[in-house]
Amino acid sequence: MTFFLQMLVTGIVVGSVYALVALGFVLIYKSSDAINFAQGEFLLIGTYVCLTLITAYKIPFIAALLIALMFSAVLGFVIERIVLRPFIGEPVISMIMATIGLSSVLAGIVHIIWGHETRVFPKIFSEQPVNLGEIVIAPVYLWSLLIVVAMLIIFTLFFKYSKLGIAMRATADDQQAAMSMGISVKMIFAVAWAIAAIVSAVGGILLGNINGVNASLSAIGLKVLPVAILGGLDSIPGAIIGGLIIGILESLTGGYLDPLVGGGLKEVMPFVILVFILMFKPYGLFGKKEIERV
Amino acid sequence: MRNPFVMDCGEFHVNYKQDMAIWKISRVRMRVFILLAIFAVFPMFASDYIIGLATLCGIAAIGAIGLNILTGFTGQISIGVGAFLGVGGYTSAILTAKLGLSFWIAMPTAGIVTAIVGGLFGLPSLRLKGLYLAIATLAAQVIILFVISRWDALTGGTAGMVLSRPELGSFVFYSERSYYYLMFVVLIITAIFTLNLFRSRVGRAFIAVRDRDVAAEVMGIDLFKYKVLAFIVSSFFVGIAGALLGHYTMVVSPELYSITVSIEYLAIILVGGLGSVFGSIYGAVFITLLPVVLRSGVEMMSGVFPDLSAVLIGMKEVVFGLVIILFLIYEPQGLAKIWKNIKDYFKLWPFSY
Repeated sequence: MTFFLQMLVTGIVVGSVYALVALGFVLIYKSSDAINFAQGEFLLIGTYVCLTLITAYKIPFIAALLIALMFSAVLGFVIERIVLRPFIGEPVISMIMATIGLSSVLAGIVHIIWGHETRVFPKIFSEQPVNLGEIVIAPVYLWSLLIVVAMLIIFTLFFKYSKLGIAMRATADDQQAAMSMGISVKMIFAVAWAIAAIVSAVGGILLGNINGVNASLSAIGLKVLPVAILGGLDSIPGAIIGGLIIGILESLTGGYLDPLVGGGLKEVMPFVILVFILMFKPYGLFGKKEIERV
Repeated sequence: MRNPFVMDCGEFHVNYKQDMAIWKISRVRMRVFILLAIFAVFPMFASDYIIGLATLCGIAAIGAIGLNILTGFTGQISIGVGAFLGVGGYTSAILTAKLGLSFWIAMPTAGIVTAIVGGLFGLPSLRLKGLYLAIATLAAQVIILFVISRWDALTGGTAGMVLSRPELGSFVFYSERSYYYLMFVVLIITAIFTLNLFRSRVGRAFIAVRDRDVAAEVMGIDLFKYKVLAFIVSSFFVGIAGALLGHYTMVVSPELYSITVSIEYLAIILVGGLGSVFGSIYGAVFITLLPVVLRSGVEMMSGVFPDLSAVLIGMKEVVFGLVIILFLIYEPQGLAKIWKNIKDYFKLWPFSY
């Protein structure tokens, strides 16, 4: 039972980080109908910038985090402007291939600047494990959960009450109607990309604190795709619930099934679940079904 | 005899049969035969390295034509080609190395097995479209690779398997030159089959599904049947390409079929031209030779910038990504369209109005 609870807690923490990165996918999809295959690279770049600021320039963590987030926001903004702007209204495959090309470019730049070896974040959180009954949790997990929950609340409030958030929801709902109400749709797209870059950077920094940073961290971008699809690409609650479901299932698979088959099943599980879900609910758990007419 | 330097000023078809003809004008046939003859003769004079590169380009072209049937002609995006190549390679490896069957049975069987696997993963395509289908094929990629690397008893796990070159009687396709001809024949068959496919009822149905699937259904096209059929036909050729590649490199192992390969194939059909058989070939040549050209470029410049070779891998990725993005922005219809533009220019030359 203790083992199960331990796995469950780990799953929830990892799942909440997934949810955060999935939020990036959902934001971009909602505003511009594209999936960003470069999400993993956004995450990687944000993490590396933060790490470099801390280790090379000896900047305290909080300041480094803020600078890294600002850098990510600008990066997202610029990339939307240069790369994605020409693809508004183009077929799905152009969007997919453009972001795949983008991810290749960014991955190449990361390799050139930071190389391949794994680097470790200096210890930011205390290492004294916290005991909850019989379950032992490292503080970094607790902090991650706390930060993710805080960010998800902030974003929910932002979409509900702020002027920009409402404009973003309006754009997602109907681009033309939003335009005719005086909302700058291009601006909204840019903001969506900036926010997506920020949330992935936060996710990356948290994961980097847990596992260390190397170029393969960007694979998380592909791993989180099932999360976003599972919840429905255009649903923010879907991203959160999908993240938790996949995180928990993955952790339980790793704990119970991997020893039986010799490892690796953990990585495949999200995709297996995804295929099953899509068979029954083609638009994910909370996705909006599109009505088609000739 | 007409002056060979005067070009036709356009194609003027007066009936449907002419419009659907594979050789629009008789001189095109002659030109194509000359081109084929050049490609058939060139290995006599080229070095083994060049022939080897050409063989790799040709195998990539076979797979790319397969993917183009699915993505370019039927409009279903697949990010799982890498794994399907793997299915082809492994099927052929298992049949020849473990069961001792001949390559000539193993290669078509590899195509059929891949077609079945592809068809299975194509089943969700009835309900899924666009992005959701792309992710479902990505799932196929991950799941198939997992099965390949875990099913040790059959596939040798992460260590992979060793294959032998095909034999015909007592002749073994061991030299680069002989394997080139093997690839060349398969490529020609693939290209002719595909060119003809899109003059047939089935191919037209594929295109209708791509252009507007709901409208196609209203017109009486069985969407499910044709979508799955596209997966089956496409995977067949991808499987054949996988088998050819496996017997060429003489080794199969899971990391050869990663998602990067899938993306490379998508890049090939995109750079070459979606929905174009010849485009797939141009794209295959372009993307296969890109890293080769880049490497020799870096080697030439390493005298000036000694650190350049250290960042070669990163540079490859940057250039690869840039090529995709630039093509998408400036020539979304790919090299096939650029070639057509050049031809159109000369059709009107020197009176370009």
